[in-house]
Amino acid sequence: MKPLLGYRKLAPGTQPNHLYPPYVSSIKRAPKQPQITIPVTLSEITGPAFPKEIVSPKAFDLTRQHKGEPLGERIAVSGRVVDEDGRPVRNALIEIWQANAAGRYLHTNDQHNAPLDPNFTGEGRAFTDEDGRYRFVTVRPGAYPWKNHYNAWRPQHIHFSLFGPAFATRLVTQMYFPGDPLLEFDPIFHSVPDEAARRRLISSFDWLSTEPDLSLGFRFDIVLRGRDATPMER
Amino acid sequence: MHGHSTPSQTVGPFFSIGLNWMNRADIAEGIAGERVAVRGRVLDGDGQPVPDAVLEIWQADADGRYHHPEHADPRNNATPFVGFGRIPTDERGQFSFTTIKPGPVYHTDGKPQAPHLQISVFMRGLLRQLVTRMYFPDEPLNASDLALQIVPESRRETLIARRIEPAGNTLEWNVLLQGANETVFFDC
Repeated sequence: MKPLLGYRKLAPGTQPNHLYPPYVSSIKRAPKQPQITIPVTLSEITGPAFPKEIVSPKAFDLTRQHKGEPLGERIAVSGRVVDEDGRPVRNALIEIWQANAAGRYLHTNDQHNAPLDPNFTGEGRAFTDEDGRYRFVTVRPGAYPWKNHYNAWRPQHIHFSLFGPAFATRLVTQMYFPGDPLLEFDPIFHSVPDEAARRRLISSFDWLSTEPDLSLGFRFDIVLRGRDATPMER
Repeated sequence: MHGHSTPSQTVGPFFSIGLNWMNRADIAEGIAGERVAVRGRVLDGDGQPVPDAVLEIWQADADGRYHHPEHADPRNNATPFVGFGRIPTDERGQFSFTTIKPGPVYHTDGKPQAPHLQISVFMRGLLRQLVTRMYFPDEPLNASDLALQIVPESRRETLIARRIEPAGNTLEWNVLLQGANETVFFDC
């Protein structure tokens, strides 16, 4: 009988609580009862394994999905997906979405009075390679206003969705940009209690992936949950 | 240790741009098994529908096999069933999908888990996903299921779908974020 190896509990303070009142939408949507802890089962340590064919090899480039090129500052966002022990997470599906350079999403519910860009959808996908690396080409998203509080503006960000090897490693997050003055005022960013953990949501400017006469490079490394060191006993 | 897991952030209101491509109303098309239709609503603390939520389903096939390298099932080899579904709510907070009822998944100690769907719930306002499970009605294994037994008896019903007609294969299961019948969410 082989015991199951579970995924490590998330370190205290490194993840947002469900309820964070400064983020007003959490008040009516965060559960009030405590979550119930259950021992690890096969249902959590397994997870979807997608065939690579479901993603077009061109889906990493958000600047080449239309006839013309989108307006804005062309950037390359790249990084490595590893687990908490530093092991690469291979063949992991990453999905991203974002506003255009003017801070407008291609979505009927986005009523921000900023122009849509006919050459930009804001949707990208890629798999990590054998070393856990990924790369997207896009334009830098604009900041945009929202209704959370008076004069509220979201810092520039790109949404990231990742499937690691298991149901337990599923992660949806947002990547921010270094030096953005709006971060200080953003309740979603500040919902993460631990400052060091919060800082890991901010990408860094990266000379190595900056390409002459083409695009600035930003690096965003992502860490998914690691495995427990010892098997769970039942 | 290399570092702690990257913090979660909300999917926000516009996730359909990046996530809709994988939506599928029938998540087990062409896969053998007992077909079930599941429908329900996602409701907030005021009982108001949540029109901008998305559910992700993860499940085993009819023989209780997960399509995953860590599920080495001695009874058989791999299953062709990917077992994943992504289901958004509509403007009335409703969702619906069709799938097959998974078989009991056997733990390494030989004990079966009752058939269930493993479910993540994402929405604007949730800073990280909620994890829950949907179990099936009239299922004898529910009485001995490991996870269900840990849940206080008064709250177990929130995890078990209801049959809409006595003999039908349409099930209703709702996600209540708050209130007297708040759905059980797991920390796992």
